[in-house]
Amino acid sequence: MAVSGLIFIGFVLTHMYGNLKAFAGEESFNEYAHHLRTIGEPMLPESGLLWVIRLVLIVSLVVHVSSALILARRAGAARTVKYAVKKNKHSSISSRTMRWGGLTILVFLVWHLLNFTIVKVNPSGGETDNPYQLMVDTFDLWWMTLIYLAAMAALALHLHHGTFSAMQTLGWTNSAAARTRARTAGWVLAIVIAGGFSLVPIFVLLGVID
Amino acid sequence: MRLTLKIWRQENASAQGALQTYDLDGISADMSFLEMLDVLNEKLQGEGQEPVAFDHDCREGICGTCSLMINGEAHGPEVTTTCQLHMRSFNDGDTITIEPWRADAFPVVRDLIVDRSAFDRIIQSGGFISANTGSAPEANSVPAPRDKAMRAFNVATCIGCGACVAACPNGSASLFMGAKITHLGELPQGQPERYSRVVDMVAQHDHEGFGGCTNIGECASACPKEIPLDVISQLNKDLRDAMRMGL
Amino acid sequence: MASTVDVSGNTVLTTPPNQQSDDAHGYYTLGEKIADTKAPAGPIKDRWTTHKMNNRLVNPANRRKLDVIIVGTGLAGGAAAATLGEAGYNVKSFCYQDSPRRAHSIAAQGGINAAKNYKEDGDSTYRLFYDTVKGGDYRSRESNVYRLAEVSANIIDQCVAQGVPFAREYGGLLDNRSFGGVQVSRTFYARGQTGQQLLIGAYQAMERQVAAGTVTQYTRHEMLELIIVDGKARGIIARDMVTGAIETHLADVVVLASGGYGNVFFLSTNAMGSNVTAAWRAHRKGAYMANPCYTQIHPTCIPVSGDHQSKLTLMSESLRNDGRIWVPKKAEDCTKDPRDIPEEDRDYYLERIYPSFGNLVPRDIASRQAKNVCDEGRGVGPMVGDFRRGVYLDFADAIKRLGEDAVREKYDNLFDMYERITGENPYEVPMRIYPAVHYVMGGLWVDYDLQSNIDGLFVTGEANFSDHGANRLGASALMQGLADGYFVLPNTIREYLADGPFDAIDESHPEVVAARTEVEDRIQKFLSINGTRTVDSYHKELGNIMWEYCGMERTEDGLRKAIDMIRELKADFWSNVKVLGTADSLNQSLEKAGRVADFLELGELMCIDALNRRESCGGHFRAESQTEDGEALRHDDEFAYVAAWEFGGEGGQPVLHKEDLVYTAIEMKQRSYK
Ligand SMILES: Cc1cc2nc3c(=O)[nH]c(=O)nc-3n(C[C@H](O)[C@H](O)[C@H](O)COP(=O)(O)OP(=O)(O)OC[C@H]3O[C@@H](n4cnc5c(N)ncnc54)[C@H](O)[C@@H]3O)c2cc1C
Ligand code: HEM
Ligand code: HEM
Ligand code: SF4
Ligand code: F3S
Ligand code: FES
Repeated sequence: MAVSGLIFIGFVLTHMYGNLKAFAGEESFNEYAHHLRTIGEPMLPESGLLWVIRLVLIVSLVVHVSSALILARRAGAARTVKYAVKKNKHSSISSRTMRWGGLTILVFLVWHLLNFTIVKVNPSGGETDNPYQLMVDTFDLWWMTLIYLAAMAALALHLHHGTFSAMQTLGWTNSAAARTRARTAGWVLAIVIAGGFSLVPIFVLLGVID
Repeated sequence: MRLTLKIWRQENASAQGALQTYDLDGISADMSFLEMLDVLNEKLQGEGQEPVAFDHDCREGICGTCSLMINGEAHGPEVTTTCQLHMRSFNDGDTITIEPWRADAFPVVRDLIVDRSAFDRIIQSGGFISANTGSAPEANSVPAPRDKAMRAFNVATCIGCGACVAACPNGSASLFMGAKITHLGELPQGQPERYSRVVDMVAQHDHEGFGGCTNIGECASACPKEIPLDVISQLNKDLRDAMRMGL
Repeated sequence: MASTVDVSGNTVLTTPPNQQSDDAHGYYTLGEKIADTKAPAGPIKDRWTTHKMNNRLVNPANRRKLDVIIVGTGLAGGAAAATLGEAGYNVKSFCYQDSPRRAHSIAAQGGINAAKNYKEDGDSTYRLFYDTVKGGDYRSRESNVYRLAEVSANIIDQCVAQGVPFAREYGGLLDNRSFGGVQVSRTFYARGQTGQQLLIGAYQAMERQVAAGTVTQYTRHEMLELIIVDGKARGIIARDMVTGAIETHLADVVVLASGGYGNVFFLSTNAMGSNVTAAWRAHRKGAYMANPCYTQIHPTCIPVSGDHQSKLTLMSESLRNDGRIWVPKKAEDCTKDPRDIPEEDRDYYLERIYPSFGNLVPRDIASRQAKNVCDEGRGVGPMVGDFRRGVYLDFADAIKRLGEDAVREKYDNLFDMYERITGENPYEVPMRIYPAVHYVMGGLWVDYDLQSNIDGLFVTGEANFSDHGANRLGASALMQGLADGYFVLPNTIREYLADGPFDAIDESHPEVVAARTEVEDRIQKFLSINGTRTVDSYHKELGNIMWEYCGMERTEDGLRKAIDMIRELKADFWSNVKVLGTADSLNQSLEKAGRVADFLELGELMCIDALNRRESCGGHFRAESQTEDGEALRHDDEFAYVAAWEFGGEGGQPVLHKEDLVYTAIEMKQRSYK
């Protein structure tokens, strides 16, 4: 679970960075989208590396979601009679909403892939072959932007706890200082990644990117 | 002070339980929480009702027997055991809900008493150092670095009360288990069995029906002995090292 | 009574023993002397080695055919279960708690003694032996005490090997400290939780044997009767405290490691469930109860705060190193804020009476003087009953002299505990302390093999009487529990078991049926009385009687009065107690009823024993026997014996068997702290 989570973190970090190319303009962004498909050539066929990455991501997703399911099922069985009153003292909201947050991200992901890669649905009915245009068209719709921003909020929460949790699961937090560092890393990643992703939709909506 | 108590009453393991409401007057702030329950029980018996069964023994915060969920907090609002909690932590007119630890691995035995023998079985699976009586070398022949000995001691103070399980949203006993693994793993004497110990204990833990840890951290804040979360990290580290060794 | 004074100023009593006074006349009958304790002869330092050699061995193949019942999982029982399990015997272990790890030994704070001489300060087996016999005021058996001192070093080795995290020095070696006024540094400790760490070590060793299949553990099981067949202890009747099922467990040998009975006083530092039932049931079946009146009262406990009080909490004696003990000179000042009482109106009574030892006088003296000033009406704190039970332990001077930080560093956790319980901040307001019952030196009589006078019934730990005489030194109970469990019992029980396995008996044997029926009838009796008073109310009343008349200071009149009161209370109990609920469920009132019924009988015997012993020794202070200065005065000529009491039958008088105490390796001296 921790490993798949960390792979996700690595992926979203690069993905976020890639998205920021939108600020560099249409050409730069599309070139990047194209580049994604050509790295490794001619050693690898077209989209070769991309498929390698996709494969890793798919495997991670399967591992991640199935671990999440197993943990959820075990937790459910571990306490079948609930408390009438239960307080939470020091845990963060993010830590207690990992399952919901994860589910939200999963639902978002399905739509996101339909939106941008698999079907390339352009909700405003515009062209779909130009990734940049697809993106701009999408976020020109305020409610699409809202959906994305909501998903980013879920992602932020998930990352806030997930980063710390992964380090704890991997046994890297054997002292109070290390634990504090891991918690800080959670904050930083949550803000940087979710914030970074959010910039593009917001700026599209505001018309800075078009 | 005057209190309204909502207490879980359950005849035995297989019976259906429910919260019952009792009014209690004349409680002083100097009483311990359990003495408050003693007063309730004397009153109930006076009225011909069976007293509330609850677990306790030392009343000194060290045996780990007492185990009440008080207003949704394991051992109540202070960082201490139920028996060391005093009524000055409450106010006149308060309503206090008292429930047993809730975990399927800790079945309710009666009223507020649960069966924690799962903890014994986790220790049986590996929570020891194999040193037969009489085979021990001279104590000072194996020095233990002071900082490691201190860490071992700090986590060896676990009283096996189960508050960590009670507080954990996943019903996990990772803090309890991590405390033992860290205690024995920090000492030179604990090294030979270090990796088989963690594998066996985790297997037993899962087998008992405790939930998996997702690092929420409620356990450590409920722990009356302030066992820190890093014991769970240590457990994970040792487990990972063990897996790498193919155990 | 003749005596001489030796070079060090100690009084050496020289008159030969012959009993002159018989205060308890009419309360008991005198039985045969105990002739043989199986203590080996020869030089004291070789006795144990020789004895171990002479004890027969049990063939390893035979061991798993031998069933051993051990009642109790404290240091004494837990250590024995682990060790006998490792040896391959088939062990059944019982405790009333939900886990063996919760036995009362867990509460011990201070430390454990061992003659390791790591500090090169002149400690040795002999010195530990000497200190223990002297501390016990020459009322213990020298061969036993020497053996205890001898195996003490092995205990530390064993515990370290198990992973007990003792305090260490920077170099990684074990640390130790001096404790309880002893001049050498021999107390090993794990912060203030030594008992916990030692017990967890024994518990883990025992759980390992449970996994190996040699030990079966029966938790939440209370022993309610001993089974004796053909004069041999062959098993127990126990109640499964969850289902209420009455179970018969048969074996080749029975070991009682069931702890002390301090709870006869209701308020004590013992755990709530500590009881005398296992020992008392054995006593009723013929086992002698030795020196039951020897009780240790600890001076630094948190005082009673009201009638609701259920138990008393000990605070480490080390507080007396820096705190000054006082009460107001005038009774009318007792309700004032202590900070408003000027220096000249304070009575630092220990410093006044004992100028050289001051606040550091031994436990029994500090306790008794606190009671005296409170009895005079100069106690402080809340009114409990008709007087205030508390004296100040003031750190104001220490804070001024050392600074608050230094005091905090030394006593932080104790101050916190005090504040949690009392709600007062001891950095600002002086602490209040009062003595509390803490430990009992008396217990079932055992010989050198730790075997009672019933064949096949062994008794270890606080449940037996053997090693501490009339007063126990700090950090010696843990030592004794583990010595018995790890090293002594495993080496003595084999001599008995070498004759086993004994003839198989089954559950239909008339003795077994009788024992079982007795238990069932008693339970039915409790449930059927259906009177008006709760069990706890009887227990509290008994406790008050014991504390008042058989506590820190005992008098002939008081003890007689107490005996009458206890007899009356007992009769009332059996006709008017109210136990609700059923026999076949978890029923805490029923559990308590059985324990209190036994305490009522024990309390009476304690008073008779105290009445008989018209001398002051260790924790037993008879007002009739004191020096002009009010110090304890022993009468070695009359009382240098162990009083072993035999049950005299229902309504009958107990029978006193004396075991003379003979000292060859040490000379008897009268102690003095002026
Ligand atoms: C607060 C406190 C502090 C102390 N500090 C120190 C110290 O610093 N140093 C020191 O040396 N000593 C100390 N002592 C004394 C010491 O702790 C005890 O004397 C010692 O631990 C007794 O051990 P034990 O094994 O004999 O019995 P216990 O630990 O009392 O165990 C008794 C066992 O018997 C079982 N049992 C009892 N009755 C029954 C029954 N009827 N049926 C089934 N099971 C039964 C119980 O379940 C338990 O397992 C202290 C005592 C107290 C109260
Ligand atoms: C696809 C849908 C997802 C679901 C259903 C999901 C669900 C979960 C759940 C239930 C946990 C367990 C909580 C825990 O162990 O702390 C978890 C942990 C984690 N998740 Fe996700 N998650 C999803 C996607 C993601 C994504 C996209 C990322 C990264 C950007 C991610 C990163 C993490 C990390 C780092 C952890 C911590 C792992 C650990 O502690 O071992 N997850 N996830
Ligand atoms: C506002 C935020 C986001 C924007 C603007 C965005 C944009 C895009 C775009 C434009 C593509 C298509 C790239 C291409 O096909 O060349 C894409 C693909 C993808 N995105 Fe996002 N994305 C965002 C957030 C996320 C998040 C949070 C996740 C993961 C949880 C994610 C996962 C993916 C995946 C898995 C692909 C498919 C990659 C592939 O295999 O081709 N995206 N995204
Ligand atoms: S870790 Fe803490 S909460 Fe859990 S059993 Fe130990 S002492 Fe209790
Ligand atoms: S609360 Fe539970 S999830 Fe883990 S960190 Fe503690 S065991
Ligand atoms: S009763 Fe022992 S810890 Fe609370």
